[in-house]
Amino acid sequence: MKADAGEVMTVVAARHLLDAKVCFIGVGRPSTAAILAREVHNPELVLVYESGTIGAKPFRIPLSIGDGELAETADAVVSVPEMFNYWVQPGRLDVAFLGAAQIDRFGNLNSTVIGDYDRPKVRLPGGGGAPEIAAACGEVVVIAPHSTRTFVERLDFVTSVGFGDGPGARERLGFRGKGPTTVITDLGVLEPDPETKELTLTQLHEGVEADEVREATGWPLAVAVEPRRTEPPTDDELGALRELTSR
Amino acid sequence: MVGFRSDRAQMVTLSEGVAELVGDGDSVALEGFTHLIPFAAGHEVVRQGRRELELIRMTPDLLYDQLIGMGCARRLVFSYGGNPGVGSLHRFRDAVENGWPHPIEVEEHSHAGMANRYAAGASDLPFAVMRGYRGNDLAGRTRVATVTCPFTGEELAAVPALRPDVAIVHAQEADRRGNVQLWGIPGVQKEAVLAARRSLVTVERIVDELELRPGGVVIPGWVVDAVAEAPGGSQPSYSHGLTERDNEFYRRWDEISRDRDGFRAWMEEHVLGKVAAG
Repeated sequence: MKADAGEVMTVVAARHLLDAKVCFIGVGRPSTAAILAREVHNPELVLVYESGTIGAKPFRIPLSIGDGELAETADAVVSVPEMFNYWVQPGRLDVAFLGAAQIDRFGNLNSTVIGDYDRPKVRLPGGGGAPEIAAACGEVVVIAPHSTRTFVERLDFVTSVGFGDGPGARERLGFRGKGPTTVITDLGVLEPDPETKELTLTQLHEGVEADEVREATGWPLAVAVEPRRTEPPTDDELGALRELTSR
Repeated sequence: MVGFRSDRAQMVTLSEGVAELVGDGDSVALEGFTHLIPFAAGHEVVRQGRRELELIRMTPDLLYDQLIGMGCARRLVFSYGGNPGVGSLHRFRDAVENGWPHPIEVEEHSHAGMANRYAAGASDLPFAVMRGYRGNDLAGRTRVATVTCPFTGEELAAVPALRPDVAIVHAQEADRRGNVQLWGIPGVQKEAVLAARRSLVTVERIVDELELRPGGVVIPGWVVDAVAEAPGGSQPSYSHGLTERDNEFYRRWDEISRDRDGFRAWMEEHVLGKVAAG
């Protein structure tokens, strides 16, 4: 079996949840990855959806974060104020997945506007839960398609803070979580340099070379001395993913 | 001050309820976090031609896309304006990007900020305290301030209480005294009703006696102004246990709403041309 680029992103994201206890998710690929992780790698993984379902065990991939199946299968269903005040804010959630329309070299995210805020070229949906999730969750995993449109030198709007302007920024802001530890794209994986906090290419998917990733990045991308190669999705992983998406 | 109008909710038809409780220029919160979205009531607001509304809602999905596209809104207070799992809200974008059918003002928060604003409103406090809005550009664009904890010295975000003129929510059932019960994902509906000056609840069914459910949220009839029966009133959202979310419609809305004329035609056929249930 040969995986397409989207399937590789999902499988790599699922592998990231091998040892996670509690994972916070929104819709789309992160949800698919987290359900896949529960089925293949980590059956004890607790899925928490923003809508208030804690410990949901969906059989199908939900379209929205509030599909009925999430509430039916959850250990607990809580209100939105409770979700953010009792669960997100104290840092009870280990790993959170976020997406964004733009990301910069310090893993800061824009999901608010493209262009000027008052006269936007594109009005995006907005922050939703992301600003506080990015601050408080144990770590953040970003999933985004790799292109110079998304990986930009400068964000049009900072919706959610990653490493701010570099080392020490999260500490100064009093954030409890580690911030964006992993950025998974269709070309590879970026991780923050431990010293500079700048996102660095540390892993390449099958058939991708570092120059291709540099070209798809809107800033001079730091590349690890020897980037790892992504282990291609196994037949087990891919079979489970395709079975899951066909439900 | 929260003023309770009578000792029990009035049982009304949906059109009576909207006519009585929602006025032009009001701030109106039609809440429901992906579940129990009061579509029937929102459609009645469109049919009655309300204008200049300040629409408040954490997740202004399809229903507010419709209200905005029909020109009902002067202002939008929100935290996530997308079609969940599908993409953009085209009418919302057209209003913000191109001023169609007329420009709207936006006041935007994070989910945590909005949830806390409702909780402060329900508590009759002037503001809520939280950790949030730090280091991002939202802070400079919205109503948030910093307060210092008098006990620890920690700097925290303060967000102003939300006090809508009217809250409208949908629930599975009410009894004849207007006591309301909802179950499944509870969202922020209880907070919205308690924060608002007036409230209208639409329900799938009226029952003789509420049968209390595990995880059920009961809103006593004496804090609700009016209850209207509106079976199927949350479609294409859903009422847990009674109706299913119409995911296919959420996908189709992307196409229906993309173009101004197509949107108008759909609204004329499916909303303006219909009469309210109940």
